[in-house]
Amino acid sequence: MRDENCSKGPAGDLGAEATTAQAKTAADSRAPSRRSVIGWGGAGLALGAAAAGGAAVALRGTDGTEPAGSAGAAVPFHGAHQAGIATAVPDRLHFAAFDVTTRDRAELIRLLKDWTAAAALMTEGRPVGEGAFGGLPEAPPDDTGEALGLKPSRLTLTIGFGPSLFTADSGGGRSGRDRFGLAGRRPEALVDLPKFPGDNLDPARSGGDLCVQACADDPQVAVHAIRNLARIGFGRIAIRWSQLGFGKTSSTTPEAQTPRNLFGFKDGTRNVAGTDGAALDRHVWVSPEAGPAWMAGGSYLVARRIAMRIESWDRTSLQEQEDVFGRDKGEGAAVGKAKEHDEPFLKSMLPTSHVRLAHPDSNGGAKMLRRGYSYTDGTDGLGRLDAGLFFLAYQHDVREAFIPVQRSLSRADALNEYIQHVGSAVFAVPPGVQDKGDWWGRELFS
Amino acid sequence: MRPLRLSLTTLATVAALTAVTACAEKSDAGGDGAIRVTATDTSCEVSKKEFPAGHLQLAVENKGSKVTEVYVLFPDDRIVTERENIGAGTKANITAEIKAGDYEIACKPGMKGKGIRQQVKATGGGKTAKRDPKLDAAVAAYRQYTLEQAEETLPKAKVFAEAVKSGDIEAAKKAYADSRIGWERTEPVAESFGDIDPKVDLREDGLEEGQDLEKDWTGWHRLEKALWQDKKITPRDKELADLLISDLTVWQKKVGTAEITPTSMANGAKELLDEVAAGKVTGEEERYSHTDLVDFKANVEGAEKSYTLLKPVASKNDAELTAELDTQFAALNTLLDKYRADKTSYVFTSYDKVGEPERKELSDAVNALAEPLSKLAAAVVK
Repeated sequence: MRDENCSKGPAGDLGAEATTAQAKTAADSRAPSRRSVIGWGGAGLALGAAAAGGAAVALRGTDGTEPAGSAGAAVPFHGAHQAGIATAVPDRLHFAAFDVTTRDRAELIRLLKDWTAAAALMTEGRPVGEGAFGGLPEAPPDDTGEALGLKPSRLTLTIGFGPSLFTADSGGGRSGRDRFGLAGRRPEALVDLPKFPGDNLDPARSGGDLCVQACADDPQVAVHAIRNLARIGFGRIAIRWSQLGFGKTSSTTPEAQTPRNLFGFKDGTRNVAGTDGAALDRHVWVSPEAGPAWMAGGSYLVARRIAMRIESWDRTSLQEQEDVFGRDKGEGAAVGKAKEHDEPFLKSMLPTSHVRLAHPDSNGGAKMLRRGYSYTDGTDGLGRLDAGLFFLAYQHDVREAFIPVQRSLSRADALNEYIQHVGSAVFAVPPGVQDKGDWWGRELFS
Repeated sequence: MRPLRLSLTTLATVAALTAVTACAEKSDAGGDGAIRVTATDTSCEVSKKEFPAGHLQLAVENKGSKVTEVYVLFPDDRIVTERENIGAGTKANITAEIKAGDYEIACKPGMKGKGIRQQVKATGGGKTAKRDPKLDAAVAAYRQYTLEQAEETLPKAKVFAEAVKSGDIEAAKKAYADSRIGWERTEPVAESFGDIDPKVDLREDGLEEGQDLEKDWTGWHRLEKALWQDKKITPRDKELADLLISDLTVWQKKVGTAEITPTSMANGAKELLDEVAAGKVTGEEERYSHTDLVDFKANVEGAEKSYTLLKPVASKNDAELTAELDTQFAALNTLLDKYRADKTSYVFTSYDKVGEPERKELSDAVNALAEPLSKLAAAVVK
């Protein structure tokens, strides 16, 4: 829901094939659901290849002709940056935050190595350990098995380290002890978020020593990944909270059309593109100079569970809905503009409009790479939809991006009447796993 | 884990167990092919220690002064066949079909304890499965443990039942949790007798549509509700107290027939942790008395017993796993100790006083133990 971290980069630098295909889908109200777009080989090919930043994309399947960005493909696990940040956003998410329960640094390191090995297998579409069947009949299989026969589904697994890992605080229910000797390595930029007006944060949905973001085209693949990592980790970690997401609400591929959130609006039109190396370097990746050294090539992640008051919103007049966002509902164009990607004229918008407040020009140029998802956890017992946005944003420094933007939004955004932030977490996301000998967080612990 | 010989259930009534059936059968002891077993209060002589596999006949004579019983046992202590209530000075015949292999014949003067044992061997015929004597010993010791638990449970259950029958609510409440410990420690074996478990350990939500709350709901939890929620003891509750004792007596008699294997022991240990995760951590098991932590502790103790018996084999095959299990058992026990003032008592904090974060902590510790414990079976059969 943060929005309009707009960039000057033209949106149309992808293959025309992709943009046209996507444009048709969303523009035609009778078009198939967005989910079915994933199956579109042609569009997927162009998007996926672009998202991989020119790197070779692993192919699976016997015919070797499978489009790289289609539902079946594997996203390379190894690289300078972790996959799951700048790579194309698939439509499904299982995000989990963990508490580290062991006090033993060597155990924690062993866990990270075990997790890395399992993650490398699962992102290739392979089961963990000795697989899901064929082992001893008396013993439970290593792999839980529900992803058998499913393709890699562009699964990405991205790890992050929360502030409490470096110096335990009350958020984790522990004393402020430096459990793993990491206090001296905590990045300055890994700040605890301030309390914003209107926040109603549930500690049971906030914080965490570690997080893993699993994105995939197939929800079963994402859930399988988190479930297996949790299983591998029991005794060393415990799940603190987790969130399922569907229907990505923003895209790292500059599509012609932006996905809609549960309020029915396009939001995040000018997200940082995964293909825009300059923008990524400037806004997303931690530079070697910024420090600490172990974070170079990494990023900082803010995760917020933002509940939406769906029923109230649905009873709101179209005029007010459009005023709140500062866009029209059909095309997604900013006030007074014709097309979604037309540059907004901020002064023509209400001072409380979401787009105006979130725009980089209103925030000293602050930008984030967002890859949030819609969620619904059923109903709340009063018959109200328990739904909203699971906001995920990557940035090179939280203090320059999320905090100032959210501060201004939380004070004045007209949308606040319809939303509430109910969960919050921040993580340092280390750089990528280089190769088979490398593991998540090696530089932090060495 | 099904009982081996379902026919035993026909014997298993209180009347049959206590009636003196002295010399009920015509003795043909000493007849052709029969093996003579001479029992006294201190000895158990067998005329032949090796015999052909197939139809086995034992001619038993009790020359002692106590009522005795005679068992033919597999190496893991599972009962092949048995005869109870052989009165002093009487004779009895026992028959069984047996395959080639090692067995034990046991006389139990006074019908108590492990009995006086004789090693015997059935020869020839079919192949005998290769058995690891260490694992047989582990299973035998575990079976002995389950028997002890059942034996120790009965007197405690009787204290509870007597309190109910005398209408003493406070005394009954005090005796309630204690009376369940032995059952909870050996739950996977106890539950394997499908007809007893629903009689003694059913919760209200376990009833089916159409079942009558008054008529069909029996056992500990029915009485738990009477004591803690209804706060009164009705004549029906007094009947239920008697029924509980008779059902538990049946359980005790059946334990020896349970099929127990090294892997069922290992997986049974894991199942005990599943019991904790499913009913105790949630507070569903003891919803009126809130004595869930007592059951919790008993489940963990039962799991630890299986593990300890299997550890000599498992540690050879997977030392890393047993090291992890040692750590996690210790961690869970330490955590549980936080909820009792005295480490030798079974008085635990009432579970309704245990907050959500603490329940999460207990649940995490159960996961931490149950996951490696699920790998114990593999380490045993490797």
